[in-house]
Amino acid sequence: MSESPDRFSQALKEILSGGFTRTVLSIILGFLVGALFMIGSDKAFIESLGYFFSRPGDALGAAFAVVTEGYGSLFRGSIFNGEAETFEKAIRPLTETLRLAAPLILAGLGIGLTFRVGMFNIGGTGQIISGMIWATFVATRLELPFIIHTVVAVIAGVLGAALLGALTGFLKARTGAHEVILTIMFNYIMFNFFNFLLKDPLLLGEEASTGNAKADPAAASAVLPKILGDNYNLHWGFILALAAVFAFWWLMERSTIGFRLRMVGENPDAARSAGVSVERVYILAMGLSAAFVGLAAANQSLASPLGLFPSAHANIGFDAITVALLGGSNAPGILLAGLLFGAFKAGAPSMQVFGVSPEVLGIVQGAIVLFIAAPPLIRMLFRLPPPQTTSVLSDIRQKLMRRGGAK
Amino acid sequence: MKLELRGITKRFGTLVANDAIDLVVEPGEIHALLGENGAGKSTLMNVLYGLYDPDEGEVLLDDKPQSFDGPGDAMEAGIGMVHQHFMLIPVFTVAENVALGQEPTKALGALDIAEAKKRVEDISERFGFNVDPDALVEDLPVGVQQRVEIIKALSRDARVLVLDEPTAVLTPQETDELMEIMRQLASSGTSIVFITHKLREVKAVANKITVIRLGKVVGTAKPDASTSELASMMVGREVGLTVEKSSKQVGDVVLSVENLAVLDDRGQRAVNGVSFDVRAGEILAVAGVQGNGQTELAEAIMGLRSALTGFGKITIKGSDMTGSSVRQVLESGVGYIPEDRTSDGVVGAFTIAENMMINSSYTSRFTKGVNINFSARRKIADELVKEFDVRTPSAETLAGKLSGGNQQKVVVARELSRDVDLLIASQPTRGVDVGSIEFIHERIVIERDKGKAVVLVSTELDEVLALADRIAVMYRGKIVDIVSPETSREQLGKLMAGVAA
Repeated sequence: MSESPDRFSQALKEILSGGFTRTVLSIILGFLVGALFMIGSDKAFIESLGYFFSRPGDALGAAFAVVTEGYGSLFRGSIFNGEAETFEKAIRPLTETLRLAAPLILAGLGIGLTFRVGMFNIGGTGQIISGMIWATFVATRLELPFIIHTVVAVIAGVLGAALLGALTGFLKARTGAHEVILTIMFNYIMFNFFNFLLKDPLLLGEEASTGNAKADPAAASAVLPKILGDNYNLHWGFILALAAVFAFWWLMERSTIGFRLRMVGENPDAARSAGVSVERVYILAMGLSAAFVGLAAANQSLASPLGLFPSAHANIGFDAITVALLGGSNAPGILLAGLLFGAFKAGAPSMQVFGVSPEVLGIVQGAIVLFIAAPPLIRMLFRLPPPQTTSVLSDIRQKLMRRGGAK
Repeated sequence: MKLELRGITKRFGTLVANDAIDLVVEPGEIHALLGENGAGKSTLMNVLYGLYDPDEGEVLLDDKPQSFDGPGDAMEAGIGMVHQHFMLIPVFTVAENVALGQEPTKALGALDIAEAKKRVEDISERFGFNVDPDALVEDLPVGVQQRVEIIKALSRDARVLVLDEPTAVLTPQETDELMEIMRQLASSGTSIVFITHKLREVKAVANKITVIRLGKVVGTAKPDASTSELASMMVGREVGLTVEKSSKQVGDVVLSVENLAVLDDRGQRAVNGVSFDVRAGEILAVAGVQGNGQTELAEAIMGLRSALTGFGKITIKGSDMTGSSVRQVLESGVGYIPEDRTSDGVVGAFTIAENMMINSSYTSRFTKGVNINFSARRKIADELVKEFDVRTPSAETLAGKLSGGNQQKVVVARELSRDVDLLIASQPTRGVDVGSIEFIHERIVIERDKGKAVVLVSTELDEVLALADRIAVMYRGKIVDIVSPETSREQLGKLMAGVAA
């Protein structure tokens, strides 16, 4: 019935069907790439290259030292700081990792959901901003009792994001416009709209306006409460993330709704023949996806002690894509991937203290996902068997490629 | 030219698609390659055509070993292939299509259309093809388009011609004409490899028959071998070729279609004013050459394709279902076996059990509120796998890993296990092995005997004649006539070509 299957979602499927081995190999390779960058930018190493052939030990020693110190400081900054005086201080990095992982996990779930339905939601940024607008409005402009205020603000954040997502899905279903284009455009629109709102004290801006684009911090009654007392910044956002992981798992693996979402993702034609309205599923999927992103938005709005700046989306919408890809778009995978990248965020400052530019972590993060998303590369490097194919078409395509075009 | 394949082995991972296959085609011989779908015929031909490199073995032409790096090499060496789906450009003329790829040119690279036309005329005249070089391909009937493909191959000096399932798209008369052409080509020295799974045609035209099963040559036969002998060789066991069927006991009208008009994907009227009734307890076969609106008709009944507004009415069990959604149609008690199993029938990445519930995921025996009822699903799937003889390690196997026949059994099991009053079966045995065909036919007849109404859309005349209680023949979007299954093949063939009785 339909024309050729969407090559895009085909590739996506292959990336997501990566499997455990490939994921672990990719992470290891990613860290190796990061190590190369650390070595390459290390002064002691570069100086020792000058007399490399007379004393190669120096260069190797320097390389080893910078890598162990660099990743060591990452570990100390993100998991456990053995050098701290007290135990409370020693585990503080871990709580920071959990805190920073929460929005990545939440938004990662949202992006992962669209992957499962064969769609690509690049609009995490726009949706998170939309959610933040609603949540911040509730948190700074309404007066409600403690807890209820928080709950209402979270719901507002989810709704704000979900409506934008559903609108995107609606436009796709109605007009056939590709969701990648739509979501990118909404990113622009929402970012600038947010900026505009923040500048005006009558809208979202600080009531005691300084002329800067900035919102008031959430009212005390609306703030996400701290979990481990005031010594740690870890707040209920992480609990929210864990609950969302469970909800995502139930939705996608156990419920009939998720069954239909996956059905459309795997084979929309068969879904249509089976009586599923594919168009409605697109709208539902984008709405649900953005709802998860909206939880990340609430996390940003309700736990920021200073109030929101235009940059409060913190690039989470894009990082979430890498989280979803690394996590294979399933609930446990996204949890682990979010924790890993949360650890990167938590550990970056301590690496900087040590003198390694934290940009290395961005490179590691990108490299990991690149290796995941480039299965042929991984297969080539490790000589894994290629996936079995008996498809004549793909063979013809290969032949043509090799011969440089049809003859 | 003499063609020899010697010990061809082709593996895909652990799957051995061709296992040491030997095949010799003498000059001027029509050699039928007979085998079920998935037996390895196409793989073998793709090796011959240079699309696959064999893991072992070699291809010899006139006793000289060849090594093809692609179809271009194979063509140069004198091998021509006519694919099941034509590789023609509809808006080009016959001459342009034939010239494409090796265009005769005049000075400065200008096309020499006169020369191209002459080539077509030469070949057409030599073999009595009767093809006008100036006709646009899109205006030609399918049978003539196929001749254009053959001319294309011959114009490249093909002396070994491979015809891949050439009769799938032809009317019986066109099939006879094709066979005549094959005989003529053979008598002029061309070697022909004729790939098919239709026993009748093999017996009619082949000089020699090689039967392939599970990637191996299981035997050769002369065309005077009996049909049942060939069939059991192909399947590996005895096969009943006819379906036992009691006389029909019809009940009330279940499906009524009145003056229906439907557009196809290109916006052309594929179904044009079709009316018929189907009663409980009867099988109405919609016969016709592929592409005469049967697909669109079935999709329109299912709600997958909307009927032209202002035209037509579809009534199921007395209620008007025109313009209903697919879900509404399914839930009103209609079972649907789609024509294209892999794209519309199963979700390859889902397990068999998951596939059993794809069209009853809202509220059914598979659900518990918005939760999937996993234990019930497992139980039902296990039962269905057993009852419908799906050959699989377990119901948790991915449907995409099953053979075509077994995938189709999954679809049939799903549709027949739902409580339906009307079954729309579109090409229910296309690409299915002979053993499974037998089984699926029996199940369809059982449903009819249970008092269900069945609409069988099929382009296989054998299937139509075996199952139908009444036969509606479609041609160019219209039902030419509705006739009894006692009608002769010849008469049906005429109807399929649009000649009203």
